Amino acid sequence: MKALQSKMRDLGRNGAFLLMVLPGAAWFLIFCYLPMPGAILAFKQYRLDLGGFFEGLIYSEWTGLRNFEFLFRAHDAYIITRNTVLYNLVFIILGLVLSVAMAIILFNLTQKKLAKLYQTGMFMPYFLSWIIVSYFVFSFLSVDKGVLNQLLVSLGIEPVHWYSEPKYWPFILVFMNIWKGLGYSSVVYLAAIAGIDKTYYEAAMIDGASKWQQTMNITLPLIKPMMIVLTILAVGGIFRADFGLFYQVPRDSGPLFSMTNVIDTYVYRSMKVLGDFGLAAAAGFYQSVVGFILVLTANWAVKKVNEDQALF
Amino acid sequence: MKPGRPGKSYDIHRLPPVWNALLHLFAGGFAFVCIFPFVFVVILSFTDENALLMYGYRIVPEQWSTQAYTYLFKTGDQLFRSYGVTILITVIGTLLSVCMTTLYAYALSRSNFKYRKFFTFFAFFTMLFGGGLVPTYIVVAQMLQLKDTLWALILPMAMNAFHIIVLRTFLQTMVPNPIIESGKIDGASEFRILFRLVVPISLPGIATIALFCTLSYWNDWFNALLYIDSGHLVPLQSLLMRIEQSMQFIISNSALLNSGQSREMLQSLPQETTRMAMVVLATGPIVFAYPFFQRYFIQGLTIGAVKD
Repeated sequence: MKALQSKMRDLGRNGAFLLMVLPGAAWFLIFCYLPMPGAILAFKQYRLDLGGFFEGLIYSEWTGLRNFEFLFRAHDAYIITRNTVLYNLVFIILGLVLSVAMAIILFNLTQKKLAKLYQTGMFMPYFLSWIIVSYFVFSFLSVDKGVLNQLLVSLGIEPVHWYSEPKYWPFILVFMNIWKGLGYSSVVYLAAIAGIDKTYYEAAMIDGASKWQQTMNITLPLIKPMMIVLTILAVGGIFRADFGLFYQVPRDSGPLFSMTNVIDTYVYRSMKVLGDFGLAAAAGFYQSVVGFILVLTANWAVKKVNEDQALF
Repeated sequence: MKPGRPGKSYDIHRLPPVWNALLHLFAGGFAFVCIFPFVFVVILSFTDENALLMYGYRIVPEQWSTQAYTYLFKTGDQLFRSYGVTILITVIGTLLSVCMTTLYAYALSRSNFKYRKFFTFFAFFTMLFGGGLVPTYIVVAQMLQLKDTLWALILPMAMNAFHIIVLRTFLQTMVPNPIIESGKIDGASEFRILFRLVVPISLPGIATIALFCTLSYWNDWFNALLYIDSGHLVPLQSLLMRIEQSMQFIISNSALLNSGQSREMLQSLPQETTRMAMVVLATGPIVFAYPFFQRYFIQGLTIGAVKD
């Protein structure tokens, strides 16, 4: 009785706060937590005709691991995993090096006004959707009208059918990823660098340290924690691909799939194009579970190195 | 060199001039590469259609023309409809999202909220694990019956754990505790404290979230790809995607379709320069607005990158 009373008092005191989180919590419940048990669809043959989400979830026939067998036997799993992981690895490494380098460059340029202008310029792609970007890319890669092929022809080289030659796409996709994301990520590092206490640099300058020495001995060590945290977050997401980049930029072109198909595009195509909910759910389940394990592992690894920098 | 530093080739406090020039070239060059495609598309949209078909995409067109725009303003019913859909979902979505996020984040920012830890985790966990696309699709399309409604474009993006954490961190660091205490002493309710005292001084943080939402609603095409079939609910980005897909379809099937048929289909689509004009109209508002708002984005990104 007493326990109940104190429980009620707690609720009363926190009532206003509970009311505040209610709409948001309801949203998370419906749009994030409700789909979670839906992951078991990976082990079922989902039927849309059973009348509803729960009915479909419960009464669809169990098929055991058949969806997974299909996924892994068809060689698809290998290709989409390889593409997703390798592209993300390159994005993470190249992105980290370039964005830190760019932030340091912008910080050290003597003409601050120009540096600000460059920063604004390279921030622009962040604000555009992948659809718009795919139009941009097309104006360069179009077979008959594109700028690149015009250039090749004027140099006397055979024009290239960009949208049906997979071998060029690793470079195109990496370039576009960096193009779209570098301004954004360097801005984050630049803000961190700008927040470093000026007295460190003043002391170093009095001691006659060059800009290079200042960068190596002050800037880099001080933004290292941030580099580690952001990289771990990125490694945790290595199983999630940027759907827009891999779907829109290659214009969903079939001949390129060996180089452009990633887990996310595979799940989407299995569901919306093939209508195979079981297969799509299996691929999605594979992605969620491995992704989750990766996040936990990454966090555990940081905790081992430095307790303070772990995410949770 | 500045006067008053005779005999010194360069100032040790600054970059050596050669390095400075090289780095300017690198950073400035990349900034140019980032902006150029947009400028190029603007040029293409002002190119004469026939000149474009003859000579391909040219940086300096053989013949300028405003035909694409006059054509669009005369016949672009679908374009204006899509513009309307995009503006509608952006406004409603942003308002809804900002209200829900502010309420949620404020509660989490208050140390005397007993279930703070639980609700923080409740939001944070969704960043780590998700049911995946298929169950989400079934919930939205089948259980909530949102297919082919405006809500399918609004609700799936209404909340985001990242925004909550950014705003909560902002509120924790920027709202001085004495202000809240003074409200309490005056006997104000928690809601009154939030709306009368906290919101007015937290506008920069809330603006950051609002801009993030505006951008993601304006640029969204994924929800339309999943949930929208009917033409009159297609948002701007999705309209551009559909045109592109039909082009691709005709090109890749031109051998199968007889040539008359495919020519007819091609004619039903906007011409090349018109499509570029549509891209310009879809991105224009963002490209001209972002330089004025970018500091809010930088603020949000910086707070988000700092561990809680």
